Amino acid sequence: MSIETERNPWMSAPPESEDEQEQVEHLRKDHLLLDPVGMEAMNQDALGSMTRHGRWTWMLIVVLGGLAMMAGVGWLVQLFVGLGFTGLNRTIFWGMYIINLVYFIGIGHAGTFISAAFRVMGFETRRPIARAAETVTLFALAAAGLFPIIHLGRPWKVYWMIPIPNQRQLWPNFQSALEWDAMAIMTYVVGSVLFIYIGLLPDLAMARERTGVNWRRRLYSALSLGWRGTDRQWALHESVSTIFAYVIIPVMFSVHTIVSWDFAMTIQPGWHSTIFGPFFIVGALYSGVAAVLVAMGFLRRFLKLGYFIREEHFDVMAKFLLIMSFAWIYFYFGEFLVTWYGNLPPEMTILDLLLYGEAAPLWWLMIFCNVVVPVGLLWMRRVRRNPGILFVIAVFIQVGMYLERYLIVGVMLGRPELPFNYSWYYPGLEIPIAIGAFSFVIFFYFIFTVFVPIISTWEVGEGQFLHGLRKIGRKITKFKSDMH
Amino acid sequence: MSEQDASGKRRWTMIVDLDKCSGCGACVVACHAENNVPIAAEDQVVADRSQHWMRIERYWEGEYPDVKARFVPVLCQHCGEAPCEPVCPVYATYHDERGGLNAMIYARCVGTRYCANNCPYRVRFFNYFDPVFAEPLNNQLNPDVTVRSAGVMEKCTFCVQRIRRAEHTAKVEGRTLADGEVLPACVQACPTGALMFGDRYDAASAVAKLLEHNGRAVRLLETLGTDPSIYYLKGGTSHVD
Repeated sequence: MSIETERNPWMSAPPESEDEQEQVEHLRKDHLLLDPVGMEAMNQDALGSMTRHGRWTWMLIVVLGGLAMMAGVGWLVQLFVGLGFTGLNRTIFWGMYIINLVYFIGIGHAGTFISAAFRVMGFETRRPIARAAETVTLFALAAAGLFPIIHLGRPWKVYWMIPIPNQRQLWPNFQSALEWDAMAIMTYVVGSVLFIYIGLLPDLAMARERTGVNWRRRLYSALSLGWRGTDRQWALHESVSTIFAYVIIPVMFSVHTIVSWDFAMTIQPGWHSTIFGPFFIVGALYSGVAAVLVAMGFLRRFLKLGYFIREEHFDVMAKFLLIMSFAWIYFYFGEFLVTWYGNLPPEMTILDLLLYGEAAPLWWLMIFCNVVVPVGLLWMRRVRRNPGILFVIAVFIQVGMYLERYLIVGVMLGRPELPFNYSWYYPGLEIPIAIGAFSFVIFFYFIFTVFVPIISTWEVGEGQFLHGLRKIGRKITKFKSDMH
Repeated sequence: MSEQDASGKRRWTMIVDLDKCSGCGACVVACHAENNVPIAAEDQVVADRSQHWMRIERYWEGEYPDVKARFVPVLCQHCGEAPCEPVCPVYATYHDERGGLNAMIYARCVGTRYCANNCPYRVRFFNYFDPVFAEPLNNQLNPDVTVRSAGVMEKCTFCVQRIRRAEHTAKVEGRTLADGEVLPACVQACPTGALMFGDRYDAASAVAKLLEHNGRAVRLLETLGTDPSIYYLKGGTSHVD
């Protein structure tokens, strides 16, 4: 490790005056990539975060684990008794299980987007938060992958949906959007796990070098697959990561499109819409970026990662969130304006239900959470740079986006063509299972931070290596080298 | 004697004369008895989980005191272009080309319930619990029909067990199936003769003849392009006072 000095070695010349010194201090305070403390100190800080879980965090982890187990018991009951304790009925056959599937796949999208799309576009802010975001993807997908199975009437037969030669001599039906969905989700899970694992390798090796001979060392030795940090390994790592980043972006877009097609391919009023593919992707990124902001807030506060996760990162993510909120509003408006103008009776029944009917409280609450709160607040720089307020806004968006899916699945489904079949959805056993699923995701997120450095130090180090300060006239500016 | 069309295919069709329907519900009860349809308990009905393969939809027309009740028996429409069929990932529901039936194989069903969501008529039912047939109902279960378990979809089959039995008998006796030889339980039970059943592809059958010259025939939600096999003969005009 050559970068051991406090001073930025890539600065063209040391500051000469007090004014220049002040400028340098200011830039370093604002930008992580201009503020190297030395690779070793940074590694120790990131590794230390694995043991910085305080008493309250551990208590939270225990409570979350208990809630997740409660959901497991609920599912066991359902396995033995059937889906009778849910609030589903003979009009509304899909409920909160599918809503959770859409929601968790949705929040999984941001991680991939931040680590893959930001990577290929060269957005430097991704460096310290990419792994935190990918981890959201990882466990959100784990939960999302469970829900189609929980949802099934006979989950022990789920393998019938996998195209394997079988004694029944029957392939799955490739015409079914659910079949596409099953394959898309499996592809995305495998791809995401590999992608996060590749990014982890250098840091696992780093952790291996810096722990005593104990279980941690054995774990990291096994997981780091013999990573030694040779030039050849780094070159391979770079090309594999780049290829993976390009490959996983279309997979990410296809997954949520196909999830939306589960709905759009039907002839249910309110669902049968060509706009659903892009609309769901935008919604997914919107809720996903908000979820990453929640995670960033957690990490910064509970694991004391203030050095890595700075206001500049919150600022950038909040701007991204604002843009996604505009995009989401645009799609939502487009969807409803067309429906309203078309004035088809079954579609108008649903619009009336949402705007003034039984579902109006939920709909207006959703509009408040998804439109009023973010658009009203995120344009302010002070808000964007305040992790506490951002945390609250992000939670509002989670509520709003959950409600959006709830309205699409649980409420619209209650208005089929024939008025005789109108119904309303009162969830039952789904509620504890949903609470358990949220706990499951947060629980495993925290557990993950115990075993793995949640900050990608090699990426941050690389970024710091590439960035420097240069004096142009009397002003000190930052520059980025294109060296690799 | 009936003649099948050139391909040997049939199109089983039901005609419901809305003018003759009195909403008595005999068809519903007959269907329950014939097809081992579970009887939803009161709390289940309150939770919108009534389970009748055939149901009488009642609509009120007009304002008090000039109110009329209209009854529409609704059962699986056995669509020619059934929305429920392509969405099933495991082929539990498929199209029986021989008879134009929309068939359901309980043993294949994994319970995604996608078919039911995509049914605009909502005539598919899900077994939320294992069915319970309380004494003495358990003694009259039809041995020709599977008792479904929790977690699978079910729906009207046009009494496929009766169709198959009649076809088989005709084959054994070396003759073609006669018109009117197959009667689903609901048709058999209807006291006013509001229901008619037969093969529409057979030009000599009673249903084909009736549909040929009847201006009252409509199909439910025909604009959706589902090509249902159930025809409703519009009611109303003869009731005008």
